[in-house]
Amino acid sequence: MNDARVIDRYVFSELQVAAGHDFVAELVQTFSEEAPALLTELRQAQAAGAPERFRRAAHSLKSNSSTFGATRLAELSRTLELDGVPASTEPLVALQTEYERSLLALTQLASAAPGA
Amino acid sequence: MAERGARLLIADDNKVNRLLLGRTLELQGHRVSSAENGRRALEMLRAESFDLLLLDLEMPELDGFGVLEQLAADPALREVPAIVTSSLEGVAHVARCIELGADDYLHKPVNPVLLKARVNSSLEKKRLRDQQQDLVRRFATSAVAQDLQTSGFSLGGRRVQATVMFSDIRGFTSLVESQPPEETIELLNTYYTLMFDAISGQGGVVNQMIGDGLMAIFGAPLPLAEPELAAARAALDMVELVQLFNVERTAAGKAPIAIGVGMASGEVIAGYTGTQQRATYTCVGDTVNLAARLEAHTKEAGHGVLMDGATQAAIGLRLRSMALGEMVFKGKSVGTPLFALTTTPAER
Repeated sequence: MNDARVIDRYVFSELQVAAGHDFVAELVQTFSEEAPALLTELRQAQAAGAPERFRRAAHSLKSNSSTFGATRLAELSRTLELDGVPASTEPLVALQTEYERSLLALTQLASAAPGA
Repeated sequence: MAERGARLLIADDNKVNRLLLGRTLELQGHRVSSAENGRRALEMLRAESFDLLLLDLEMPELDGFGVLEQLAADPALREVPAIVTSSLEGVAHVARCIELGADDYLHKPVNPVLLKARVNSSLEKKRLRDQQQDLVRRFATSAVAQDLQTSGFSLGGRRVQATVMFSDIRGFTSLVESQPPEETIELLNTYYTLMFDAISGQGGVVNQMIGDGLMAIFGAPLPLAEPELAAARAALDMVELVQLFNVERTAAGKAPIAIGVGMASGEVIAGYTGTQQRATYTCVGDTVNLAARLEAHTKEAGHGVLMDGATQAAIGLRLRSMALGEMVFKGKSVGTPLFALTTTPAER
């Protein structure tokens, strides 16, 4: 699952160089704790028809995924942020899948030994 | 490297952003605190001193725009530079932030190298501003500095009700001749320190110092509820401080000093006079002339503190005074009622 298209390796290793490997591993951990609430918020905001809540949650997710170089997750979040609440639940399902895939890749990258 | 070790505050509701920005800035040598929304950030800014604020835009409770607005409206906080960090798209947000007074705008994810450059540039600008303000304060008193900050600098005066005070050391010339110049400078420094304390302690502003003489204004540039009473209290404080100072001088085998104080109240024209390059806050008018003449008259009158009728009338019975009749001063056709302030330290 260590798909190069899931995580931009260049962005991720730059982050590790700048902030330190151990710190980035902790940051990925924090992301895994915070992101589920954002995904829930997106689903709830869609159900409640609350566009501003929806946009904000998408915005937050976009911001964090671009930090880690989770390019596709960032792109999906960005589309949701700019286009607003989608008509179907499909985009959020796709987002959830991409999130899980990204988190797995991030966790693997973060736990790999420096320079590996 | 002078910018290392600055106190920075991060306001961001997103934990990942907050941690990463904090880490990056700590690695650059700064001390970092963080707030999870705008309201909390303002609380922290009001409670502690920070050199720079890194501000996210979208936050619950109070967003970044709201924080910028409140910073600009608060004289105590408006000097804190703010760098906005946001992943909001479009230039409209950037423009709005700059208009609201933000120093800079960085897109998230923030590039550490760019961040370092922007942070250091903001800190450097703040350091220069602080230095400038420091200079203004040293040479102009904090009231004038504050007035300059809020109203800006412009030559020209406005009419205000104020009490003007003149004071000097009696027999200063013979004192100067009898002692080495170093001692005179030391005496003047101590004397001015005491007089400044007494005057600013009552809300007055010392605006001129010439030799041993000084001029102070009560009620301008910042208004005072009762300038007459404040000036009279300052005069009594000055006399009392000089008495204490004399105890020290006598113990050191030096001659005691005495001061004369003259006060007059009424309308004055107050403002900045001079040139665009060098100006001073001062006030002019009959009231100023009268205060100067009253001060010059103290020796002859045999009283340390003299005031005009307007000052005495405003003070009423709150401080003890003695009517000395009318006095016709040089250049005046009508007499001025003259009063001596005779409250003793024990009576206060």
